[in-house]
Amino acid sequence: MSEVTVRKQKLRKSTVKMRLIIFGTLAVLLVVCSFFSAYLTPYDPYLQNLDIAKQAPSAQHLLGTDRYGRDMLSRVIAGSRASIFSTLLLVAIITALGTAVGVTCGWVGGWVDTVLMRISDVFLAFPGLVFALAVAGSLGGGLQNAIIALAAISWPKYARIARSQTLAQKETQWMKAVRLSGSGTGKIILKHILPNILGPILVTSMLDIGTMMMELAALSFLGLGAKPPIPEWGSMMSDTRSLMTTSPWITFSPGIAIFLSVMIFNLLGDTIRDYADPKSRR
Amino acid sequence: MKKYIGKRLLQLIPVLLGITFLSFAMMRLAGSDTVTEMYGDKGAVSQQIIDAKRAELGLDRPFLVQYGSWLKGLLTGDMGVSYVSGKNVFQTFVSKLPATLLLTALSIVATVVISIPLGILAAVKHDRFTDYFLRVFSFVGNSLPNFFVALLLMQLFSIKWKLLPVISKGTTVQSAILPTLTLAIAMSAKYMRQVRATVLEELNKDYVLGAKARGVRGSVTLWKSVLKSAMLTIVTLLALSIGSLLGGTAIIESIFMWDGVGKLAVDSITMRDYPMIQAYVVWMAIIYVMVNLITDILYHVLDPRIRLGVQEG
Amino acid sequence: MEELLRYEHVDISYLGVPTVRDVSFTLAPGEILGIVGESGSGKSTLIKAAMGLLGAEGCVTRGDIWYKGKNLPDLPQKELRKLCGPELGYIFQSAGSSFCPIRTVGAQLYETMREHERISKADFEARAMEMLQKLGFENGKRILESYPFELSGGMQQRIGIAAAMLLKPSVLFADEPTSALDVTIQKQVVEEMLLVRKTFGTAVVLVAHNLGVIGAMADRVLVLKDGEAVEYGKTQEVLTNPQADYTKALLAAVPKLRR
Repeated sequence: MSEVTVRKQKLRKSTVKMRLIIFGTLAVLLVVCSFFSAYLTPYDPYLQNLDIAKQAPSAQHLLGTDRYGRDMLSRVIAGSRASIFSTLLLVAIITALGTAVGVTCGWVGGWVDTVLMRISDVFLAFPGLVFALAVAGSLGGGLQNAIIALAAISWPKYARIARSQTLAQKETQWMKAVRLSGSGTGKIILKHILPNILGPILVTSMLDIGTMMMELAALSFLGLGAKPPIPEWGSMMSDTRSLMTTSPWITFSPGIAIFLSVMIFNLLGDTIRDYADPKSRR
Repeated sequence: MKKYIGKRLLQLIPVLLGITFLSFAMMRLAGSDTVTEMYGDKGAVSQQIIDAKRAELGLDRPFLVQYGSWLKGLLTGDMGVSYVSGKNVFQTFVSKLPATLLLTALSIVATVVISIPLGILAAVKHDRFTDYFLRVFSFVGNSLPNFFVALLLMQLFSIKWKLLPVISKGTTVQSAILPTLTLAIAMSAKYMRQVRATVLEELNKDYVLGAKARGVRGSVTLWKSVLKSAMLTIVTLLALSIGSLLGGTAIIESIFMWDGVGKLAVDSITMRDYPMIQAYVVWMAIIYVMVNLITDILYHVLDPRIRLGVQEG
Repeated sequence: MEELLRYEHVDISYLGVPTVRDVSFTLAPGEILGIVGESGSGKSTLIKAAMGLLGAEGCVTRGDIWYKGKNLPDLPQKELRKLCGPELGYIFQSAGSSFCPIRTVGAQLYETMREHERISKADFEARAMEMLQKLGFENGKRILESYPFELSGGMQQRIGIAAAMLLKPSVLFADEPTSALDVTIQKQVVEEMLLVRKTFGTAVVLVAHNLGVIGAMADRVLVLKDGEAVEYGKTQEVLTNPQADYTKALLAAVPKLRR
């Protein structure tokens, strides 16, 4: 055989599985931490000690102390409960509600579909936080109302996805066969349609966790979400704004907490999306 | 073409009705109205007087009738009177609108200037170092709540380095820098990714390979064909970004004391000034819907495939 | 007779998976070589490799592709680009989508020409019209002013040929140019390509899975199965007296119409 050139191809290995494990673990840790936050605080987050107020971060108090001498790290950990939990609850509500509406529209069609879609159009017509602000405001604030407000404007997105997915499923040959087999409607939806459409919906949910967390925090920051004494990262930041110039760690610690949590969930969401996308997998 | 525009405008009407209805219902939901505000805090006022006042203001009529008259007022520019200042809601609102529009416009310009070149760069150099670097940036930007960014920038530029005013002194350019930057960062993080995805999708199309086979340089294909095709989508995506922009201005204006409708809204919410809140919600929604409509129409006008009608080969 | 193009023991991998294994053949000036095989046999990959159209996922892992003394897979991008168009041409299976949909055909052909030589718009139009006329197009001006989607499928395919021929390359790679077309249009395209060879003396590497087209056009035939060459020889010989079992199977699978 004559001299023939050999070349190596540059291949990049898929990192999706590894990333999934890392970010998944981090996210689970985060949720577990928030659940058991009461047991994880190094100090009592409500314990005031004016002697050590407004201390900069040190070995004893990793994030410093606030104006009442409370340990910031403990406050932040305590705040994780409200911030993370409410977010997850919110996303669960939106997903469930949106999917229910969407599947109904897609399956039943007709005027039910038109009416519900028009209604969702109206909710979609409100830019982002505007509606949530108004609803939360008119309901008087509080974490519960903030969740309701955000749920009200966010469900249409899921309804749309669920609807188009349901419609697509309806048209497949396989679905037609199932319907001909005479199964009850409820059974069809639960056993056949839902499992197939859940994929893209769950990916969207995961990706939304970060956004929802930030919006909840934003509402709390404006005073429309969690109210004292419930520790919550957004409201913690707005309460301590006046101290920002002299003791920035008090204001920024909760902010960093939000940032890290959102980032972990976003990374996880992105990885799940990559995992579900056949093109990026090999 | 005209038919299309007409059709879209027609579809707009139920949505607009829905918006106004929802806003109105929301305020009534709050269980508060002018009369409660007037007498609520003042202790014992006899029910008779309250009822009489209600009747006088027409607040005892059925819900739909009230909605109807409010809607009528809306169309004539009368949106009631502020609970707080007693002044005409519409006028107050309109007086603050230019400040918000200025901020919005500046933010959009900043976002476009940042995101589009960077997005294109990331797409062209995709999966290489530049791309990863930019994606990390965009990711971080996406994960930072905008009020956090606002406070951070304030801390750095106004307090630590004393370069810019802490809060706005009127609607000057200097005062606009930090709020604009805050809004632009949040918008750019999201938008840059979308630009990148759009350009990348376009770069994977067959005609890019076709041009390569004809010996056309990559850069030429990029500028003359790819970007031209992608521009439509990119502009449409910008319109979608405006939605979150309008929502975000409320918080940012509030933090920086920028005297626009956003700050007005937040203040109104704090002070339970429902007519004002109502006005804010309705107007923001209408503006948003209009922007989407215009973009949609523009998209249809500019895409020659739709303009000339695609023929099946 | 000197050869124009030579594939020597070429291996091609896609994302690490070998798609083409140890394929060798030559192409003489003015010769038409048919490459036939079923879907997935690696035919398109084989010819894409010559002009660097494999993309980031593909790589010629072994072997050389010689063209006029240059080893194509090892050529720097800049030099390869100079060959694409004036020396080597490529016709896509779906030629219409090889053009940008929101620009006119004329604009894109002009761009192609300008990338390789300095030429004014007027001169380009003259040459383009001349080429179109030679290739049997009737209303060249209208075609140049049209958008790709405004032309019929058959027309798009013929324009694909015209675009590839614009700079009069010595070798044309045609990737299943007739597969997406109706039978009557197929005949047109086949005749078009024979005309090209006749008028300009262009050599053609024609990839197809339709044996009829191969039989009508090719001088020599390469039969590909799962990325490997199983038969290679003069068309007439291969079709009438196939050596490999696979070739025999292919021929047997062609339904014969009784007159």
